[in-house]
Amino acid sequence: MTPEMTQDITAHRYTDGKPNLRRFHQARWDEPIIFELSQTGQRGVLVPEVEPGIREAVGDALADLPPYLRRATPPALPELSQPEVLRHYVRLSQENLGADLNIEIGQGTCTMKYSPKVNDQLAASPKLTPLHPRQDEATVQGILEIMYRFEQMLKEISGLACFSLQPAAGSAAIYANVAMIRAYHAERGEAEQRDEIITTIFSHPSNAACARTAGFKVVTLYPDADGYPDLDALQAAVSERTAGLMITNPEDTGIFNPRIAEFVQVVHDAGGLCAYDQANANGILGITRAREAGFDLCHFNLHKTFSSPHGCGGPGGGACGVTEALARFLPVPTVAFDGERYHLDYDRPDSVGKLRPFYGYAPVIVRAYAWVMSLGAAGLREVAEVAVLNNNYLLHKMLEIPGLSAPYAPGRRRIEQVRYSWEALAQETGVHSEELGLRAADFGVHYWTSHHPFVVPEPCTLEPTESFSKREIDEYAAIMAHVAEEARTDPDLVRAAPHCSTIHTIDHTPLDDPARWAMTWRAYRKKARDGA
Amino acid sequence: MSTDEHPIVYPYIPNSVPAVKQQMLADVGAASADEFYADVPEPLRLRDTLQLPEPYPSEYALRRHVEGLLARNRTADECLSFLGGGCSQHYVPAVCDEINRRGEFLTAYAGEPYDDHGRFQALFEYTSMMGELLNMDVVNVPTYDGFQAAATALRMAVRITGRRQVLIARTVGPDKRSKIRDYCQRAAEIRWVDFDAETGGMDLAALETALSDQTAAVYFENPAYLGFVETHGDEIAQMAHAHGALCVVGADPISLGVLTPPADYGADIVCGDIQSLGMHMQYGGGHAGYIATHDEVEYVMEYPSRLFGIAPTRVPGEYGFGDVAYERTSFAVREEGKEWVGTAAALWGITAGVYLALMGPQGMAELGEGVMARARYAALRLNEIRGVRAPAFRAPHFREFVVNFDATGRPVAEINRDLLAQDIFGGHDLSREFPELGQSALYCVTEIHTQADIDRLAEALKEIVEK
Repeated sequence: MTPEMTQDITAHRYTDGKPNLRRFHQARWDEPIIFELSQTGQRGVLVPEVEPGIREAVGDALADLPPYLRRATPPALPELSQPEVLRHYVRLSQENLGADLNIEIGQGTCTMKYSPKVNDQLAASPKLTPLHPRQDEATVQGILEIMYRFEQMLKEISGLACFSLQPAAGSAAIYANVAMIRAYHAERGEAEQRDEIITTIFSHPSNAACARTAGFKVVTLYPDADGYPDLDALQAAVSERTAGLMITNPEDTGIFNPRIAEFVQVVHDAGGLCAYDQANANGILGITRAREAGFDLCHFNLHKTFSSPHGCGGPGGGACGVTEALARFLPVPTVAFDGERYHLDYDRPDSVGKLRPFYGYAPVIVRAYAWVMSLGAAGLREVAEVAVLNNNYLLHKMLEIPGLSAPYAPGRRRIEQVRYSWEALAQETGVHSEELGLRAADFGVHYWTSHHPFVVPEPCTLEPTESFSKREIDEYAAIMAHVAEEARTDPDLVRAAPHCSTIHTIDHTPLDDPARWAMTWRAYRKKARDGA
Repeated sequence: MSTDEHPIVYPYIPNSVPAVKQQMLADVGAASADEFYADVPEPLRLRDTLQLPEPYPSEYALRRHVEGLLARNRTADECLSFLGGGCSQHYVPAVCDEINRRGEFLTAYAGEPYDDHGRFQALFEYTSMMGELLNMDVVNVPTYDGFQAAATALRMAVRITGRRQVLIARTVGPDKRSKIRDYCQRAAEIRWVDFDAETGGMDLAALETALSDQTAAVYFENPAYLGFVETHGDEIAQMAHAHGALCVVGADPISLGVLTPPADYGADIVCGDIQSLGMHMQYGGGHAGYIATHDEVEYVMEYPSRLFGIAPTRVPGEYGFGDVAYERTSFAVREEGKEWVGTAAALWGITAGVYLALMGPQGMAELGEGVMARARYAALRLNEIRGVRAPAFRAPHFREFVVNFDATGRPVAEINRDLLAQDIFGGHDLSREFPELGQSALYCVTEIHTQADIDRLAEALKEIVEK
């Protein structure tokens, strides 16, 4: 045996019994833009030829087109062989840090849990992918049954009476809820009068933005020392102009508002409706529900709580639930069951109408259904309890890091996430939260600050979900501790990060300069040429 | 079942191992997980266990259960389908699935442009290839679907012009009309413009009457929902512009290998759905929307969607990407942003990019021509059947065409039922959506249909209506 073989190959992993950070480097392919790879004449896939019999019968298929509608110049798409297309995209795929790769704790509010592979396979089933949404209902009983069953589950999980799985994602579900609130007041002749939606600054920006899009004025409440608005602030905000309240609980701070039922009551007393943003319901599955707090509407994100993967930003899935009194406003169609057959009910005259083509992202719904069926009631409760345990464990570890705090409600437990603040560290070192996050990328993890505006100074939002082990949570916390220490010992190293990522510090100035911004390669080439 | 003596260890939940849980509880000084819920008041606590179906804890049992349910579907691959009207059965190249099923893309989300460089580049390439197809310089990161794209495009036009009235071709499908009606109800006044009964195209006289200095936009589709090509697109654009209005065109990008991009005949905003570019139908789960404009500040600043741009890094020659004009979005400024932005359909954008890269200019041209040839052949064959008129509109058609059955004396619903008995999905029944078209159906023919498929349809229909 050579001397080298006698050395412990794992020795670098520990110093004095304490684990070291991993020696990470992300894939860096220096991959050209696909147009640069083009070679005239290459083909990536051939299309079926038109058979001679058709050709003979039809002649020039384009003959009827007015000359101006016949494309004169072929689109200047790249020309590549199939293996080159494949390799190009596989290389690009490697230059990502998705939840399958990293300890995805840093994307707080987004519930980056494990998306089971078996569910992906089920969603890709040849009994699902070639289904046309207009097929006769007799031929789609399987998918309709899954949708119907999943709605029954959501009814139980929320306590609300009826659901629609049509919204394309979380914000689309928020919009659907706003549209139903608008329809409710319109029917009562109060559409003009009730023109305000109340929300909170720690609710997702889409609560405010969807309300405005639907024509409402937005009233935003700010937190007090407990991390949520006090009841007096809400009392002062409601009036005969209040259409509704759009609120999350717990909000991004992870602090559960124990007076939520009183909030709901105040809005009800003023004649408004209350919508519960449960995009992220992970920490309270089987613990507490929309119904018991008195909400009229709620929504879930199937790509958060219910495990469907995030797909680089969709497709996800939204589900909105309402009380019996509001059921008739749900978007068309709804899935109905007559005891024998499942069908789509379009006969809903009071409905807000269509929100998207057909009915929901079926593959996402299949995944969400399979996820619940793998866990059952006890499993969902385990999800919630372990997600909350993980979060409080991480909180405990994070608060050991000098320079970090968890604003609001000191000493109280949190539910599924925490919005931390690096304010003290920033004051001490001049290094900002965002810079810490980019340095963390050098150790193979993703990190996010928070939505704007930064009400919590120098924020970061961590949500460990139920999907990460104690060892992984320890690793994440160790990375944070290491990076914070580097901010003190070598702030320039942190500011210049990332060093081990695919690329280096981006010059953002062209992105806000109309003369230089370029959203397509053709625009870039024109501007580069003109600039030169 | 889990018991206190034998608790279940859940494969998806690493810390469900009891010893680990105990260790972590001890570390944070909690006796049980219950302590973490101290803020949830008693009246809000769920007393009972959720009433959910018994689960299938093993992966095998779960797979068997879900596959058992899915087995009750009969798919368009197992039968012969001529359904379209907003979702169409095109061939999905294997590489499209290979890429969009990769965990690296499937499970990425909102990483920075450093750790998710590949996601940014793939989406930038998608918008770049769409830009070539559309002959426009700005394309958004996908919105939810073509309905949302159209509704947003119209609200963009309202904001850009400062006017409130939009004129929309009544041949737009009723579901999309419903979406636009809801979405624009407090932002715009909608007027529906009638169609020429012979060609399906916009009634130009009605359009001229409706246009005024209040008109923000004129919207039509090319090819239309009913399959015909709007041959007066250039005139409509000129008429809109003459009144200071924008021309907004909905276009299925798969037609643009052979049809002139709407920007070339005057469209200011082009929008649509990209399901046809490499997405399986998935019972309506394959949709994503695009919006495209020229690179003019007043247009760019009205997009609600994310726009990814290319930028240099501190290393010469290195490509970086990032959000263009982020301050216009609801992510940046909440309700002060343009509409809203959120998780939409990015993975389908990446997939459409893969599709366009595979197809190339030649593939798109051949595919478009082949679709038109097959659709025309199908119309010719169906038109031979006694009492059947196909296409019902005298116009060029791209992929769909209306077939009228009035003279057969049989309702479409009955005909489709008889076709289904022969494992054929007949065209979408239009009799409720467009009562003025009588007993008509929208047939959809793509590159997946062979001559034998079309002949089989024609023979089946002939037998059904002539019996």
